[in-house]
Amino acid sequence: MSEEFKVEIVNPEKSFLVKDDVSEVVVPAFEGEMGILKDHISIISFLKPGIIKILSKSGDENYYVEDGIVEFKNNNLSILTSTIFNLADMDKSKQQDLLKEAEEEANKTDINDQSKYLADQKVEVLKTLN
Amino acid sequence: MASLDDLKKRIASVKSTQKITKAMKMVAAAKLRRAQESAEKGRPYSEKMNNVILNLSNGISDKENAPKLLSGTGQEKTHLCVVMTSDRGLCGGFNSNIIKKAKSYFLKILDEGKELKIITVGSKGNDQLKRVYGDKIIENISFKESKNANYFDADKVGKMVIEKFEAGEFDVCTIFYNQFKNVITQIPQAQQIIPLNNEGEENSSEESYEFEPDEDEILSNLLPKNISTQIFKAMLENSASEQGSRMSAMDNATRNAGEMVDKLTIEYNRSRQAAITKELIEIISGAESL
Repeated sequence: MSEEFKVEIVNPEKSFLVKDDVSEVVVPAFEGEMGILKDHISIISFLKPGIIKILSKSGDENYYVEDGIVEFKNNNLSILTSTIFNLADMDKSKQQDLLKEAEEEANKTDINDQSKYLADQKVEVLKTLN
Repeated sequence: MASLDDLKKRIASVKSTQKITKAMKMVAAAKLRRAQESAEKGRPYSEKMNNVILNLSNGISDKENAPKLLSGTGQEKTHLCVVMTSDRGLCGGFNSNIIKKAKSYFLKILDEGKELKIITVGSKGNDQLKRVYGDKIIENISFKESKNANYFDADKVGKMVIEKFEAGEFDVCTIFYNQFKNVITQIPQAQQIIPLNNEGEENSSEESYEFEPDEDEILSNLLPKNISTQIFKAMLENSASEQGSRMSAMDNATRNAGEMVDKLTIEYNRSRQAAITKELIEIISGAESL
């Protein structure tokens, strides 16, 4: 039996990615990274800024996301996100722009703890990409 | 009867109007294709979002303490209406249809003695509503600068709505927009987004989900996003509808202009002929009297 399942990433503008030969997906869930294999229990969780890793026969892919929701059900993984970039397409300047934006947000004083935490996360992840 | 010169001028002016409407039609057709595409592409997101929320709200055990965005404030005193229209005119009944729908809803609410607040998105709606409901409009947003509907703008509107909700400024929120059916048909819609009513679709999902973190926390994160998503969906539908409506309106205008040119040309030819005949008669009768 194959150990593959289907993954679908959608953002508000379009269906970003559909793949049905995926063997494992690692998502940056809110309470830590989470690896999803075939026949995982149905789960709903949301994402913090981080890297989505998609492992499949046709090669591995990495995506940077800022937020989102994951839903896994009947071997269908749906990821809803508003901001997503393929790391392969992301160059230095784009990354610097994002980093600058995130740092500005993190340095704001009038935000609550949660958004502060998320902004800090963003900065951290973007820095590791260097 | 108008003189030949006048007729000539009128024909020229109608012809140039026809050129303009024809060009607008073609521009609208090109934009329509793009808008329609993005409206269709945007559907999976809002559908999936809806599904997740449905599953979540079914899974919630303690309905009493559910987030207010889901269950409402418990009263229905103040209504907020978000009326979404276009920024540009010349698109047939597009804007008036939304306004008509919204106005009948306003009347109903005011008749029931409830309080009404309006946010207009798009300048045309503001223009039409400010005469009668000027004192009710609390905010007017327009996205003239952005070419296409994008999520950022929707998010801005969504955040504003949520901010006002949390400040206790209203209890029920409804958005008005045109749903795109096809090029000639757009259906004005009123959709209630706060509190979320997911009646009807009582899907008895036997399957229970695992939640991480717990339901409440996910819900309270998801619901504000859902508001923005719904508004974004409305914006996409609206922009497709606007272009469709403009296209058919401009098509009609071009056809009417063509008919008018034909009629004016016939009239022009007739009066030219009449003038020639008159001259001939004058010459002949002048020659006869000699």
